[in-house]
Amino acid sequence: MSKLNARIPEGPMAQKWTNYKDHQKLVNPSNKRKLDVIIVGTGLAGASAAASLGEMGFNVKNFTIQDSPRRAHSIAAQGGINAAKNYPNDGDSVFRLFYDTIKGGDYRAREANVHRLAEVSNDIIDQCVAQGVPFAREYGGLLDNRSFGGAQVSRTFYAKGQTGQQLLLGAYQALMRQVELGSVTMHTRTELVDLVIVDGKARGIIARDLVTGELQRHFGHAVVLATGGYGNTFFLSTNAMGSNGSAAIKAFHKGAMFANPCYVQIHPTCIPVHGEFQSKLTLMSESLRNDGRIWVPKKKEDAEAIRNGKLKPSQLSEENRDYYLERRYPAFGNLVPRDVASRAAKERCDAGFGVGATGLAVYLDFKSSIDRLGQKTIEERYGNLFQMYEKIVDENPYETPMMIYPAIHYVMGGLWVDYELQTNIQGLFCCGEANFSDHGANRLGASALMQGLADGYFVLPYTIQNYLADDIATKRMTTNEPEFTEAEKEVKARLEKLMGIQGKRSVDSLHKEFGLVMWDFVGMARNREGLKNAIEKIAAIKKEFWTNVRIPGNMTGMNIELEKASRLADFIEIGDLIARDALSREESCGGHFREEYQTPEGEALRQDDQFAYVSCWEFKGKDVEPELHKEELVYESVKMVQRNYK
Amino acid sequence: MENTINLTLKVWRQNGSKAKGRFETYKVNQISTDNSFLEMLDILNEQLINENKVPVAFDHDCREGICGMCSLYINGRPHGPDDDVTTCQLHMRKFKDGQTITIEPWRSAAFPVIHDLIVDRRAFDKIIAAGGYVSVSTGGVPDANSIAISKVDADEAMDSASCIGCGACVAACKNGSAMLFVSAKVSHLAMLPQGRVEGARRAKAMVAKMDELGFGNCTNTGACEVECPKNISLSNIARLNREFLSAKLQD
Repeated sequence: MSKLNARIPEGPMAQKWTNYKDHQKLVNPSNKRKLDVIIVGTGLAGASAAASLGEMGFNVKNFTIQDSPRRAHSIAAQGGINAAKNYPNDGDSVFRLFYDTIKGGDYRAREANVHRLAEVSNDIIDQCVAQGVPFAREYGGLLDNRSFGGAQVSRTFYAKGQTGQQLLLGAYQALMRQVELGSVTMHTRTELVDLVIVDGKARGIIARDLVTGELQRHFGHAVVLATGGYGNTFFLSTNAMGSNGSAAIKAFHKGAMFANPCYVQIHPTCIPVHGEFQSKLTLMSESLRNDGRIWVPKKKEDAEAIRNGKLKPSQLSEENRDYYLERRYPAFGNLVPRDVASRAAKERCDAGFGVGATGLAVYLDFKSSIDRLGQKTIEERYGNLFQMYEKIVDENPYETPMMIYPAIHYVMGGLWVDYELQTNIQGLFCCGEANFSDHGANRLGASALMQGLADGYFVLPYTIQNYLADDIATKRMTTNEPEFTEAEKEVKARLEKLMGIQGKRSVDSLHKEFGLVMWDFVGMARNREGLKNAIEKIAAIKKEFWTNVRIPGNMTGMNIELEKASRLADFIEIGDLIARDALSREESCGGHFREEYQTPEGEALRQDDQFAYVSCWEFKGKDVEPELHKEELVYESVKMVQRNYK
Repeated sequence: MENTINLTLKVWRQNGSKAKGRFETYKVNQISTDNSFLEMLDILNEQLINENKVPVAFDHDCREGICGMCSLYINGRPHGPDDDVTTCQLHMRKFKDGQTITIEPWRSAAFPVIHDLIVDRRAFDKIIAAGGYVSVSTGGVPDANSIAISKVDADEAMDSASCIGCGACVAACKNGSAMLFVSAKVSHLAMLPQGRVEGARRAKAMVAKMDELGFGNCTNTGACEVECPKNISLSNIARLNREFLSAKLQD
């Protein structure tokens, strides 16, 4: 168990973070200049960390696969960011935000990390406003809040339906200021392809210039991964096309533990799949559930008539509609957490009440809100989302209800980190969606932005100093050390192997086949047989990939198929981990639903006596089963109970 | 219900920044009109890979119109024939069966072509680095509600801030000017008290950087506003001109 010390500070829950900061080691300004920090990723976590560490005086090297740090997928977050400001005076507090996040995560998150997250949430809002983030305001000039799933208070700050964009641009601008000042060096269109470990400590990365194909070596006293989630394992997801899990897998192969890979969030409100060439799924913000009501026809024959185009949803009278969330969960109604809403939609569609051409869709209807508030108010709140929907589906959602269906959206699992956001490899830190720590088995809406910025602005800048303070005597290494040479050689061999396969199948065709296996057997509902089956199928696809993938072109210069192939090879490894983790976790919790473990009403049934732990997987070699380690979850402030939103 | 169309594509191919580019002609058939434009290009690429040819490289990422990564000059228009959308939100229902579609990269001196349809837009980052921010560091800032900002100003700042940095304004401009991009950022920050403090410095620094990087002058043709997928208004340029002038007068 020595490998997994969470290093939670002493003291009562509400004092831990203060105690930590009061006693941690610091690095003085003249030493900061001598320390190099590599940060991979420029999303909310990466950009805010890079900007903050640059401001403090560290020498930061920041990497992104995009053409600009502003493209990171945090930009697509729509709905908002949570904070415990209690501006609306509706009973919110740090404790309540902490409690809601723990409960929302189905009691599978680490208490101390979540409490810290709630504590720093207010600082984030202050910081963003100071940067000029144009949050929505009331006529009196003060900040507006809205409510989100899984909470009974209004604690979500927002900037129209583009909150992620505005927060990322705030962090990006702070970052570019540091680039101008020379404290951050930006490497665009450059991808991490391996991690370099020297004497057991993370000391650098091998990166590939995606324009020239050249391999580069970079040294850092510490390495921070802020590379986002692995949702694209499923091929179709709301993630950007380039989002990938490769950095996490490289770290895993070097000994970092991969925690809770099976905790994948399926978002209830996405635009349904339209056809086989679909490349991605588009999210419709959870904030829509504030004013939209979800329903399906009450009678099967009506559902069928709608599917065949013989009946329009607007023709169906109120008594023939089933507002199933309001019916099943009267206390939270349409604002139940995402996992609950997703499963309820699947349940109705599987039972034959789904709408749309495929029967895999439910309605999200704004009619009663438009009648109550007027179209103008709805337009002000969600205008850009309605426009987005209309451009994709070619239907006007002000007149006919939106059709939605759940889709892969976010991953709660990721690299295992301790309280300091350090993985079990010394000097390797992990921030944002890429780590596992704060959301347990299910993330609440508007909490991803909170966590990404908490990690980057207010947590890592403290905790990384505690590590670097012991490293001030370590001189900058040249990248001619044997560890760098060896890592680069391995990367080159792997790329040559991929190029040498010269098979018959495109990367995308293999990814789609793999993604379907993941969705069918490792998706919204899982069971023992299906998961065993999936592990075999994944192994077969892995074999097919490594013997039959076709990558045109060559290794020098830009080769997008080679980039995609390399990422798919890593997704296949992650898929295997997700399935194994899901198989070993014989309970249902949050986003992980095992059909064998449910209440008579179909709600998730946890097995706290056996599974109140973080599953941490250790790499044991190529094609060898990974080993499971456990971090027990001990709850001091909150009592584990069955979640209830009724 | 689903309709399909057959198309002829004339696509700009260029093997690296130094290579000479050329148009190649491809046929794609049975394209569902429900597909997005980029999904149509995915289908073309699948076809090319199956023929053992090198697929067409194009920039794209979020595919929901917000990251600003996708570009493409389609039949003479940045982001193609639909209004208020990025290329990734353009759907094939906007095209007719049998149509020929010409697909080019952004053409601008400040955005050199890197490969096929991909251009280098780092000039935009350099302009932001020159001053497109409020100079505050992390921590030590006042409570978020300590300054009241009128809803009208906040909403207007939000409209300017919704620029996605795609570069369509530059591509649409016969002079290759970046005025819409620069003015959107200057306006966003100038309209808020937090950004007002260093408004003059910001306007001067960003304009100077824009000129230095080889963007052209603005001659008020308004093409940028027409092609902007996010409806960034020309009034931002008027505001930038005022900011810039008053900054110069203070010198």
